[in-house]
Amino acid sequence: MVPLSWYLLLSAILFVLGVAGFVYRKSVITVFMSIELMLNAVNLSFVAFSYELRRIDGHIYSFFVMVVAAAEAAVGLAIILTIFKNRGTLQIDEVDSMKL
Amino acid sequence: MNLWLIPFFPLIGFLLNGLFGKRLSKSLINMFAIGSVAISLIYIAVLLANIWPINTPYVDHGFTWIQSGFLTVGFDLVVDRLSAVMLLIVAGVGLLIHIYAIGYMEHESGYYRFFSYLNLFMFFMLILVLSANLLLMFVGWEGVGLCSYLLVSFYFLEDYATGAGNKAFIVNRIGDFGFSLGIFLTVVAFKTLDFGKIASAVSTMPVEAGISTVTAITLLLFVGAVGKSAQLPLYVWLPDAMAAPTPVSALIHAATMVTAGVYMIARMSFLYDHAPFAMHLVAILGVLTAIFAATIGMAQMDIKKVFAYSTVSQLGYMFLGVGLGAYSAGIFHLMTHAFFKALLFLGAGSVIHGLSGEQDLRHMGGLRKVMPITCITLAVASLAISGVPGFSGFFSKDAILSAAYAKSQWMFWLGAFTAGITAFYVFRAFFLAFFGEYRGHHHPHESPFIMTVPLIVLALLSAGGGFIPVLGWLSPQYPLMEHESSVAMGISAAFGIIGILIAAFIYVVRPALADRFRTAAGPLYTLVANKYYVDEFYFAFVVRPLEGISRFVLWRGMDETLIDTGMVTGLARTIRGWGSLLRQLQSGSIRNYATWVLAGSLLVIFVLGLVGGGR
Repeated sequence: MVPLSWYLLLSAILFVLGVAGFVYRKSVITVFMSIELMLNAVNLSFVAFSYELRRIDGHIYSFFVMVVAAAEAAVGLAIILTIFKNRGTLQIDEVDSMKL
Repeated sequence: MNLWLIPFFPLIGFLLNGLFGKRLSKSLINMFAIGSVAISLIYIAVLLANIWPINTPYVDHGFTWIQSGFLTVGFDLVVDRLSAVMLLIVAGVGLLIHIYAIGYMEHESGYYRFFSYLNLFMFFMLILVLSANLLLMFVGWEGVGLCSYLLVSFYFLEDYATGAGNKAFIVNRIGDFGFSLGIFLTVVAFKTLDFGKIASAVSTMPVEAGISTVTAITLLLFVGAVGKSAQLPLYVWLPDAMAAPTPVSALIHAATMVTAGVYMIARMSFLYDHAPFAMHLVAILGVLTAIFAATIGMAQMDIKKVFAYSTVSQLGYMFLGVGLGAYSAGIFHLMTHAFFKALLFLGAGSVIHGLSGEQDLRHMGGLRKVMPITCITLAVASLAISGVPGFSGFFSKDAILSAAYAKSQWMFWLGAFTAGITAFYVFRAFFLAFFGEYRGHHHPHESPFIMTVPLIVLALLSAGGGFIPVLGWLSPQYPLMEHESSVAMGISAAFGIIGILIAAFIYVVRPALADRFRTAAGPLYTLVANKYYVDEFYFAFVVRPLEGISRFVLWRGMDETLIDTGMVTGLARTIRGWGSLLRQLQSGSIRNYATWVLAGSLLVIFVLGLVGGGR
């Protein structure tokens, strides 16, 4: 049987990859995907703990996270499409009109 | 009988003229202004006849004005024998001066404004006289001060007039500060401001030997009187107040308002009787003011200034009288002074009117031929103020000096000597104006009847006013002191007559003597002619430091540096500074924000780990 720590380690690695992608990648799509990666890393932790502790809470949480992620994907992709329509680019550094 | 109707009529006159005067014809303005005062006077006469003889005070409780804790202050008016005398003086002399002003102000602009102010003054003065408690008296007290300010600054386009108005108002602030402190102390000490209640409360107390509450109250109230009645050291505003039109000088700055201090002390006599120290101070200050102002009057060249210093000096006499406990003598002199001093001013006004505004005695002379009525009436007034036997001033001044003769010899001699100086400078002005050759370049003419008739009436009062038995009338309220002294009478009259003779000799018989005396006196003359440099002294030691403090500490220091720069713009600058610092965070770069989010979450995790949260 695979011990809990392995799951957690995998979850942590995935999360850090997500964070790194979120901070360093230049394409909006990649940044978006990095967020999904972080969410799924957290999901993995939830499910692993749920299995280990024989409790249902973790599963329910992970469903919630999935629902949020699905909604976020819909809204996020719509925003990204609009950005591309308006600006013709998905380079994150060029979307900076919030600057004073 | 409703006492409130007495001041109410002039108030109506004020409102009508003040609100609609600009559109009214002169005759309508006259009707409202003079009519309101006349109705008031008639009402007073009817009232006095109804409650004759006023053995007990006739009190009219109006509405309750202030009700706060133990303190109840009502709009209460009272007529007793004292206020009856004052009412007749104020309304009577006031009416004459109103009538006179029709002629005097004929060619002036702001005609309606003048009369509405004059009516407002009558309103406040009558309130002051009628009030049955200290606070209502203070209302009148401040009100007449306001009207004095408005009327001194009447020619408000002239710098000297506005300056004089400000001076009158500001100097009176000092006095009124003392007065209001006196009121506060009265509230604390007696829990009431009603004259009757204070009187009955104080009657059970012993006469204070040292300085205690009652003495403190009386001294504080006296500070107010010193300001309002132009005594040393606050007299400086009155000579400057001569910037007002002459009827105002006669009404406010001679006959009525400036005597309010004397009236107040007579009104509060029950307190002053319990404070011998304060009484003594009142008397000393009175006699010193009398001689101080009289000496200045000797060397003034402006006819109104001469009479202004004479007013200060005569007020000193009144304070000497009340300070010696001879309240009725003080009030008696107040009345005769109202007659002859109003007459002196109105006569001076008639001269000024006839000379198209000339006030300098050096540019007058020989006017007795062209202004016979003014000349004769002014002669009567001068004889009265000099205390020539038979004229009104003789009797009242004698009553005061008799009291001084019985109580304090040095005050008596100073007062008698002042009588001589008074006679000298009044007749000096009289001779300079009416005798010798005309030295001016206008075309003098006698004033119209509307001005000379009040002069004649006042001349009759000045001549015969001494036979009005004021002393006997007031004796139930202020026990008469039986020390009529023929010695005092003779000495003061002699001083007066000698003063007149010297003036006649110098200015009529040998006109060249005046200049020789002036050069002989040299620096002494310069000192007196410049009013002992008191104004300059005040300017250097009071006005300048105050101005300096205001300019550099209050304005530049407090207002500009602390409040403006420090607090108002300082606050804005601080916020803007922090804002521009925090603005750096808003880079607009999403990855930058992401980094901040990361850093924030790391910080939260770190802190949670540190405090051991979540477990």
